[in-house]
This record gives sequence, structure tokens and C-alpha cells, in this order.
Amino acid sequence: MYSAKVMDHFSNPRNVGDMPDADGVGTEGNPTCGDVMQIFIKVKDGRIVDIKFKTFGCGAAIAVSSMITEMAKGKTLDEALTISKESVANELEGLPPQKMHCSNLGADALKKAIEDYKSKNK
Amino acid sequence: MRRCYFDHVATNPLDARVFDAMLPYFKEEFGNPLSMYELGSKAKEAIENARGQVASLTNSKASEIIFTASGAESNNFALRGIALARQNEGKHVIVSRMEHHSILNSARFLEKMGFVVTYLPVDKHGVVDPDTVKKAITKETTLISVTHASSEVGTIEPIKEIADIAREKKIIFHTDAVATTGNIPINIKELGVDLLSMAAHQFYGPKGAGALYVREGLRIVPLIYGGIQENGRRAGTENVPAIVGMGRAAELAGSEMNSRMEHVGRLRDKLLNIKASVENVHLTGHPDNRLPGHASFCVEFIEGEAMLLLLAAKGVYAASGSACSSKALKASPVLLSMGLPSSLAQGSIVFTLGKDNSDEDIEYLLAEFPQVIKRLREISPYGKGWGIEGEGGQCIVQK
Ligand code: FES
Repeated sequence: MYSAKVMDHFSNPRNVGDMPDADGVGTEGNPTCGDVMQIFIKVKDGRIVDIKFKTFGCGAAIAVSSMITEMAKGKTLDEALTISKESVANELEGLPPQKMHCSNLGADALKKAIEDYKSKNK
Repeated sequence: MRRCYFDHVATNPLDARVFDAMLPYFKEEFGNPLSMYELGSKAKEAIENARGQVASLTNSKASEIIFTASGAESNNFALRGIALARQNEGKHVIVSRMEHHSILNSARFLEKMGFVVTYLPVDKHGVVDPDTVKKAITKETTLISVTHASSEVGTIEPIKEIADIAREKKIIFHTDAVATTGNIPINIKELGVDLLSMAAHQFYGPKGAGALYVREGLRIVPLIYGGIQENGRRAGTENVPAIVGMGRAAELAGSEMNSRMEHVGRLRDKLLNIKASVENVHLTGHPDNRLPGHASFCVEFIEGEAMLLLLAAKGVYAASGSACSSKALKASPVLLSMGLPSSLAQGSIVFTLGKDNSDEDIEYLLAEFPQVIKRLREISPYGKGWGIEGEGGQCIVQK
């Protein structure tokens, strides 16, 4: 039911882990099925220089987390904020319709991490 | 790669001996059982032979067995057929929260038709307390349906006790025995039920064949109208090969019952050792009073669909009742009704063993499964508990 890309990111997720000295942390829960995604970012000169994630959820949620960390790495904060659930799903060569909300989770967690960084660095 | 099929509640492989018995009825013996000539009477004979085989597996009379196309059809037939047949006496039906969708959705259909349905609670092991049945009964109650065993958690229900209560109050009692028929001994006369559903593919028979036991003399409204097949209670030209297969599968289940139970029971107990080697893994369902080949768990901090995908990549096939693994993204109502928090239900995983599984299969699982758990736990934000650091330690999953 999943694309080869989804299976690849799910089976070999990139950027898994904690980041105790993160500059920003975003945690997003999924009201539909109760899952949780957490994204940590390290920011330098307005750019995301490092990013990690932890996810409690389905295969799609794990693949989305992995993909979104790859997409956001190296981007400026403004560029990263343009990452949407659609763009993540597209990069993953599509998600089954009932799994689109897992993609939402990733985009929202990233947004929260960036907001967290901004509020701490006003 | 090794292939380990541990999803026997989904379906069973067809037994080669059953297949052999079915074959002639696809080709040479293709007749319609209603036809007068020999081709027809041979098909008719084959069906009646199968009816006898199913009856003797369950200690009932052949005339009390109605063939259907599935366990779901049998359940629909029982609920609607009895509720409608007795609607002048009352419009209250009792079912348990452990039931299969085919019972629950039939109950919802009855509600739409103006019936009142009571859904019985269960304890933490998924057991229906006969006392709650007693308390739920009203003057209007005409039908009670409680599953013989839940395919999701394996718990075997106190059917005899509930049947006694129903009989005393002159209420009809149905049990969904799809998960049990052919897998544990079923003695209908001893159980004292009025109706009982079964499905052939749950005991190495073909898909597309089910049966409903209806106690002699009980009036039931048909689900399918048409010709005089099954004594006018279930119209439609019979699926002769499938019915023949169901009969042969019943015969084999009867003669091999003890050795099969012993085999899957022993393998299951071996599989339960997973609890000793991995922390925070909980058995769901009743610890002792459960289907012999059934092992169901909730694994903390990770999600079921992700487990199924990683297991499948290793050739291991299982099932899960997690929200993410369901089309509707809802956790299994059976798990929730047992009082499990939704976060824990997310970690549901169900292994159901069969006669063709081997010791090597279990050893393979015991080697691979802990690695799957470990990998997913490394990805999970939980681990030391259900709190997330920096989130005040509360379980945000359960909010
Ligand atoms: S996280 Fe629950 S369906 Fe994807």
C-alpha cells in the first residue's frame, strides 16, 4: 500500500534521535489516532544546520518525519516554513488518502519547532 | 526468506486433503443439487454428507445446520432473523462489546429499525460476566448474542452460563463461534445455545462457506429469499465445492482436534516467552482461558502498523488492533472496552498460530521480534514512561 520511497524512509529513517541542546523543539499530537511527533532543530545564521526527530506512530508517520528532516536540513527558517503536508507527501511519491493526516503531523511539528526557536530568540 | 504465517484469525490455508475433496465438484460433478437427474442428486448427496460432517463436529443434528457463504452472513442471519421473527414479543436485543463487526453492525441495523440494543461491558480480560447479562434482561428482550471467543484477544466466554440464563427467561441465545469451531471442541447440546455461527476458512476449509446452527423448531426469518434451498431458509444455488470442503474440513478438525490443540498450544506457550525477553510487553485477553493458538500483546511506546510492516519485511505475518492499522483510524473497540488506554492499544499485535507452524517458526519470531521492537523504540519519543521530557511528564497520548 506504500510507495517504495515511503518504505525506504520507514525502514531506514534518517535523522532519528534526541537533541539535548536543541535551539527549538516542536511536539505535535495526532487527534485522529493519538500519535506523537517531535522535531528538534539547531539553528545558525537563520538556517537549520541540524535536525532530529522522534515519532510514535505508523509507518507513514515515521517516513514523513524522516523525509521532512531531510527536506528542512540546510534551509533558512523562512524556506522551511513553506514545507507543507502536500510537499512532503509528494517527495514521498504519494501517501494513501487515509494517511495524509500523518503528513500534517510532520509539517506542524516542524512549524512548532521553528516558532519555539523564534520565541526564544526574540 | 522464511515465511511465517501467524495470522490464522484472518484466514487459514486450505488443507490439501480438503482441496482434493472439493476438486471433482468444480468439474465433473458440477450439477445443481435441485436437478432431478443423477448429476443433481450426486451434488445433493455431497451437500447432505457435508451437513452431517459439520453436525457431528458440533454435536448437533444435520437438519439443524444451514449453509451460508460466510461467518459474517451467519451472524447477520442470526441477529436479524431472530429479532424480526420475534418482534411481536419484544424489541430488545443484548450483545457484548467483544463482538465482531458483523454482529455489532447488525445490531446497529436493528437499532435503525426501532429495536433497542444493550451492549454488555467486559472486564479487563474481556470476559462477559453472566450477572451483567441477567441485569440487562428486560421484559422486551428476545435475543442475546455473545461471542464464543474473541478473535482479537482470544478470551473464551462463559457461554454455557449465559445460555442457562437465557433459557430460564425464554430468550433466544446466539453465539458467534467462528473463531472456535474446528479449533476447540464444540458440543452444542452441552453449551445449550439456540444458534451458533461458524466459518470453514477458520479451520482449513475454503473461504465462501459458512454455516448457522439453528435449534430444531426455532423460527427464523430468512436473509435471502428465493428458491427452496436449505429448506427455504437460505435461497440461492448452493456453492457445492465450498460446502463439500467445509464438510471435509470439519471431519478432519474433529479427528485431529486433540493433536492440533496440543501442537498450537505448546507453540503459543513458547511464543509467550517474548514477555520475559522484552520489557513492557503485556498479554491482552484472558491469561488461561483463551484459544490455544492465540497470543495477543500490547507493546508499550510503539505502534502496531509499524510493527506489522517491519515484521512483514522479515516474512512474518501478524495482525494488529491499533488505530493506525485500521482503515477508519480507530483503535479496536474490543481493546478499548477492556479498559486499555488508547496509547497502549496503539501497540496491539496479535499472533495466531496454526497446525502448520513449526518450532522453527517460533524461534525465528523470538529472534526477530525483539529487534523490531527495539528499532521502533529507538524512534519513539517515549521510553522511560509515557511522559515526554519537557512536556511535564504527562501522557499526551491519552489527553
Ligand atoms: S500516525 Fe496514526 S495513522 Fe499515521
